[in-house]
Amino acid sequence: MSRLLPPLLLTILLLLTWEAACRLMHVPAYFLPPPSAVAIALVERAPLLAGSALQTFLMALQALLVAGLIGGGLALAVSLNRSAEHVVRPLAVALQVTPVVAIAPLVLIWAGLDHADRAVIALAAAVAFFPLFSGILTGLKSADPDLERLFDLYGANALQRLWRLRLPAALPFALEGLRVASGLAVIGAVVAEFVSGSGATQGLAWRLLEAGNRLRTADMLAALVCLMAMGLALNALVGLVERRARARLS
Amino acid sequence: MADAAAALAGAVVRYPGRPPIGPIDLTVAHGEIVALVGPSGAGKSTILRLLAGLERPSEGEVRRATTGATGFVFQAPTLLPWADALINVALPLELAGLAPAAARERAAAALAAVGLGDRLDARPRQLSGGMAMRVSLARALVTEPDLLLLDEPFAALDSVTRRRLIEDLHRLWSGRAPRPAIVFVTHDVEEAVYLAGRAIVLDAATGAVSASLASPGALPRPLDWRADAAYRHAVEELAAALSRAMPADQAA
Repeated sequence: MSRLLPPLLLTILLLLTWEAACRLMHVPAYFLPPPSAVAIALVERAPLLAGSALQTFLMALQALLVAGLIGGGLALAVSLNRSAEHVVRPLAVALQVTPVVAIAPLVLIWAGLDHADRAVIALAAAVAFFPLFSGILTGLKSADPDLERLFDLYGANALQRLWRLRLPAALPFALEGLRVASGLAVIGAVVAEFVSGSGATQGLAWRLLEAGNRLRTADMLAALVCLMAMGLALNALVGLVERRARARLS
Repeated sequence: MADAAAALAGAVVRYPGRPPIGPIDLTVAHGEIVALVGPSGAGKSTILRLLAGLERPSEGEVRRATTGATGFVFQAPTLLPWADALINVALPLELAGLAPAAARERAAAALAAVGLGDRLDARPRQLSGGMAMRVSLARALVTEPDLLLLDEPFAALDSVTRRRLIEDLHRLWSGRAPRPAIVFVTHDVEEAVYLAGRAIVLDAATGAVSASLASPGALPRPLDWRADAAYRHAVEELAAALSRAMPADQAA
């Protein structure tokens, strides 16, 4: 509790300053509404925003699942073959350095305009892929070389080596990758929704865009607050998974 | 040679960019304890890996008695950090296809033999350095090997713990029938004389065997053997042989 108090106090102070500035300087509401107006917008639009937040949250989770399956599977395949990494890694890096905004329009065409949600998931998965792939691959190769020798000595087969040595060794790295990937997945989902701009996905980014088009700045800020809260919720979920797994590991 | 637990005949190992190690001729009899002493880089660990079959010689050959398993203890305890002591010790048996229940039963007995019968569920990080090394020793012995290879296993431990572990090793060795052959790498001449029946000195320049000295007295050692003149004399003799095997720039 004592760790939460100082940042909470700072937040309240900043909000009060913002409220006072808006009122004293008569800032127009379309330019910068006071926090009280944002709070009212939040309450009024709560059901809509909650639905959209859930939508974005689920899309980000599905993207993490897809990225985890593809990234993990590929890392596993690559870890079994020494030369495969030289083949795959440059491609993975190329995917990583390509801005997601730039590939979004293409993916939207491929997914079809009726399936904007698929495009959002695919794009979020594309940005979440690299930290998961890279983390799991590094982890699979991180086992103590002497433990690898021990498995050689006792004639372990490939499956035993994977299950009893490499996968447990990879888990902390995979969790680190998941933490980074979860943040990126939200970014990817929001960017993809912005680019699709059709409202077919009904996520938080669409709420932001919709309110912006109508110059309803308080609604925009309310959507932004929801996005922030959703990001924190996802972060907390990943943190919970991480702590559970680490407690079992050590 | 037929009754040897393991032997190297003219074994040469070449690593890229380094002078070759060997040729090495070494025969380890059944039940014998051999200490390998030599300057770092002389190929002591390589010899152990050759004997364990973890590495193949570029030339020459490695012979192993066809029966029996090999146990290996590394410089560090080298335990699975996410598994408890029991599972770590049962690992070699389970990898060999033994049913988990039977493997764990034998692992529990092996842990009891090294004095850790009450720490079966301890994770490696909950154990002291000496205890973790005992778990490692139990893991090496659980398959009842006829050849036990130890690569400077006690180098990181304090002298009291180290002496206790040496006594334990002697006790475990003499308590088994037939006794396993032990090859033990160390850079400590006192440890070599005390622990082994025979000490082999490797030459830094060639990696070949430069001297082979038998330790006096019987194994295991009597209680106050370190105060014995014969022990002191053997230590000095081995130290002199090691000094001759050192490269000129390290000998001073």
